[in-house]
Amino acid sequence: MLGYYFQLAFRNLRRNPGLTALMIGAVALGIAVCVMTLTLYRAMSGNPIWWKNDVLYAVTLDAWDPNEPADDRRPELPPWQLSYRDAMAVMESGMPKRKLIMHKAIGVLSLDDRSVKPERALTRMTTGDIFAMFDVPFQYGGGWSESADQGPEPVMVISRAMNEKFFGGVNSVGRRIRWDDREFRIVGVRDRWQPLPTFYDLNNGSLEEGEDVYLPFGWTPQFEIWSAGNTNGWKQEEVNTFQDFLASELVWLQMWVELPDAGTRQRFQAFIDSYAMEQKKAGRFQRPLNNRLTQVDQWLIDNRVVGNDDRVLVGLAFAFLAVCLLNTVGLLLAKFLNNAAITGVRRALGASRRQVFMQHLVEVGVISGIGSILGLAFGGIMLVGLRALYTLDPTDTGGTQAIAHVDVTSVVTALALALFATIAAGLYPAWRIGRIPPAIYLKAQ
Amino acid sequence: MLEMQGISKIYRTDLIETHALRDISLKVGDGEFVAVTGPSGSGKTTFMNVAGLLESFDTGAYCLDGENVSRLSDEARSRLRNEKIGFIFQSFNLIPDLDIFDNVDVPLRYRGLAKKDREQRIVSALELVGLSSRMHHMPSQLSGGQQQRAAIARALAGDPRFLLADEPTGNVDSLMARQVMDLLEQINEMGTTVIMVTHDPELARRAHRNVHIVDGQISDFRPYEPRNEELLTDAGVAPVAVTMAPA
Repeated sequence: MLGYYFQLAFRNLRRNPGLTALMIGAVALGIAVCVMTLTLYRAMSGNPIWWKNDVLYAVTLDAWDPNEPADDRRPELPPWQLSYRDAMAVMESGMPKRKLIMHKAIGVLSLDDRSVKPERALTRMTTGDIFAMFDVPFQYGGGWSESADQGPEPVMVISRAMNEKFFGGVNSVGRRIRWDDREFRIVGVRDRWQPLPTFYDLNNGSLEEGEDVYLPFGWTPQFEIWSAGNTNGWKQEEVNTFQDFLASELVWLQMWVELPDAGTRQRFQAFIDSYAMEQKKAGRFQRPLNNRLTQVDQWLIDNRVVGNDDRVLVGLAFAFLAVCLLNTVGLLLAKFLNNAAITGVRRALGASRRQVFMQHLVEVGVISGIGSILGLAFGGIMLVGLRALYTLDPTDTGGTQAIAHVDVTSVVTALALALFATIAAGLYPAWRIGRIPPAIYLKAQ
Repeated sequence: MLEMQGISKIYRTDLIETHALRDISLKVGDGEFVAVTGPSGSGKTTFMNVAGLLESFDTGAYCLDGENVSRLSDEARSRLRNEKIGFIFQSFNLIPDLDIFDNVDVPLRYRGLAKKDREQRIVSALELVGLSSRMHHMPSQLSGGQQQRAAIARALAGDPRFLLADEPTGNVDSLMARQVMDLLEQINEMGTTVIMVTHDPELARRAHRNVHIVDGQISDFRPYEPRNEELLTDAGVAPVAVTMAPA
């Protein structure tokens, strides 16, 4: 009978093309808005490195103003970046399996070959553990060694996009390239990698573009490379030179550690607390002891990566879907009642209420299926539109590009949601039509 | 085989109670051709709907082919309707966007018959009513008389024991009406019990007996008078008794 119900469903849809288009359109629109909002929400709120959530920790120390917290809205939290002197002191610890300090910078990439245009490059000055800690994939080569950090050595990892721009996408490991007129040797080409949100550095929002270049952090003091991210302070300090900057209480560095087990975590916590106590004796760290090791999921919550506005937006999208579905219910009822005379004939000829219900439910399923597929397509188009609206450089592979990518989870979620919601919405009309006494319509037809 | 005892049916609204059927008792035997007559609003159609299991009743008992239908579920009533009853309506009630073949196929689909069996039954039924050459026409491409014959084919395809016809000639001209009546008589002669609602006294006279309904009650009946004793005897149809509820 299922095949027969499908035949009838398609026949009925053709009978009232206008009404059918309205119903499918309503479902598709509701689904499209939901898909778009869910995709954005997932991109903004998900933990992009969930598999290492138990071992990765952001390190924060509270050496802030004794009279007021770093953030009035979240007074319990220490500042989310570190000063150079504190970061370097904590980096001395051998407890973490891996550790990194880093900051954002801007440079210009160029080749000796003058025919290739120089390119402004978003740069991450970092210690070499970043690649292993964050599971960064490589197209060619790899990261650099600890000795390259200490040297520092003039080595560089570039992004796949930069490799395509400067070297046409071929393996460029070993080639030389200039960063702000200083020559570096390429040791690795980073493959596509865009964790969303960019949990490791929330300086400019959580949808920041991926870096074009990675350089050893050791070059920061050597070349006096200023941070291109936020630098915050609480104290009147004379900062006239880069050395003043490094010696100041200004916070501008992100620090992450990989601690393989709870024991190591406890020992490392004790280590940073002990460091803070020592500093207290020297007159620093005058606030109550508040040094934190924060896992990625908590880090995203603490930093309000997903704001209330985003949740409201998701709620509104679902409310919009509900309105669309309510309209669809109304249209389905109108359509089914419009065909009640035919249903009456079918009942007279032997169709039971259950069979009439199933027949109409299959019709709802067909409308739902077509509406969902169209909704997914519309959702995809909306995301592409969003990307076009907010991305100036069409070749960029950064955050806005990534949010315009509908991932499998979003598609499956949206499809399940669409089918469930529409069929749920169609239950009442399908049930209602089965309850109508057929005799009323047989005489009237 | 159709036996009603004290059947009543009341339509209720907030303000009004309408007694559509009052204490109807009736027996219709195998192979009978009964005409139900009466003025408009007398309850003829309600009687047909109750007899055809399209409507429930409030009091009384109803046995169809030996089965008490009073407490049957919707599923069982639908199955009984599908297997034992064929309907013919005044306005034909063909499904407009199905061709004649698919219209006749509808009750067979609900019976769950195999495709080949359904096809055979459809072709036979359409041949019987003389529409085998029009089986892929749409209803709108047929005349009123042809549409009614298609509806009769649909009613017959399931090989029902009962044929319930509600004003089957009401929407066709007099020539077609005679043809439809001839067809109903032919079907009856083949052993199917026919109950026909009609306003037309001339058509009613062609039935074995008449049941006259006024204000929801059987007010009169004409005892069984075979038109052709020899033919009925050949068909194995025996005279049956008709009872009327006490006034």
